[in-house]
Amino acid sequence: MTHDHDHPHDHHHDNDLDPFAARVRALETILTEKGLIDPAAIDAIIETYEHKVGPRNGARVVAKAWSDQGFAEWLAEDATAAIASLGYTGRQGEHMQAVFNTPDTHNLVVCTLCSCYPWTVLGVPPVWYKAPAYRSRAVIDPRGVLAEFGTILPETTRIRVWDSTAELRYLVVPMRPEETGHLSEDELARLVTRDSMIGTGLPLRPGALSPDALWPAGDDGEGRG
Amino acid sequence: MSPPETDPASPFRLPPDAGPDAPVFAEPWQAQAFALAVALNERGLFTWSEWAAELSAKLARPGADPGGADYYRHWLDALEALLAKKGVAEPDIIDQVTNAWHRAAHATPHGQPIRLENDPGERS
Repeated sequence: MTHDHDHPHDHHHDNDLDPFAARVRALETILTEKGLIDPAAIDAIIETYEHKVGPRNGARVVAKAWSDQGFAEWLAEDATAAIASLGYTGRQGEHMQAVFNTPDTHNLVVCTLCSCYPWTVLGVPPVWYKAPAYRSRAVIDPRGVLAEFGTILPETTRIRVWDSTAELRYLVVPMRPEETGHLSEDELARLVTRDSMIGTGLPLRPGALSPDALWPAGDDGEGRG
Repeated sequence: MSPPETDPASPFRLPPDAGPDAPVFAEPWQAQAFALAVALNERGLFTWSEWAAELSAKLARPGADPGGADYYRHWLDALEALLAKKGVAEPDIIDQVTNAWHRAAHATPHGQPIRLENDPGERS
């Protein structure tokens, strides 16, 4: 810490808003006065995206596809409807497409123009997804990007990159890890990571403890998401 | 602590990932700016395609942080640009109300919630 605390404390201790905080408050004031927004609704949206919507939703979709062939086929045909059947519906009326990893093809999702992302199943995107570094490089050098995430694929595996738009968002369905035949759908969901549904990572192996896990150890995953 | 300098030899280095349990928004104003755009879209002021086009334009400006740290600043700029286009709020009105909020903050004793009513100046 190099903060200087030697200045005299004889001034009035007033508050300071940073320029962006003040500007957002101004927008909220103007929009409220015009009747275009309701501050309570704004708080509800923040609460939803900070605490209720997140990649555990997507993990449930993937785990169901892994354990229910009929659901997997529905997901492949009409992901918007299949995902909505689990209670996850888009706010912007966007369509969903599920892209399935196979031994030959690995799928990777990006939004080159801005930051379109399947909010309903993954929540708000991580900082790196919105970074120009990722948005530009995922298309040019997907294998290099995957390596930076520690995801090394066989040279023979083709990497297919999907560019999201405002109307169409992608969910990667990773391959079900081996030796998981005995696991329940809830147990399978615990193996699904956020990055495995973007394509920058792979699912966890059974028994693996990882900081990428969406459910903390000991949490049975019931009633979450 | 200053942020690490970008190494010209590896200009594409990704920002570190804070993990799945990291806070969704780095600062409260980012959450508010996010929610304002979502709410206005739901109210029908603009379509999400219009929003994505405006945000893309802001993000594509030169000087954007390769690590995306300034993402919500662009988000806020996109929101203001759309509000002007839709005839909802011109930049000078936003400036005036922003200044009123700054004055209100300065007039508010430390530890008290900042309210616009605390603005001692004239706003109109």
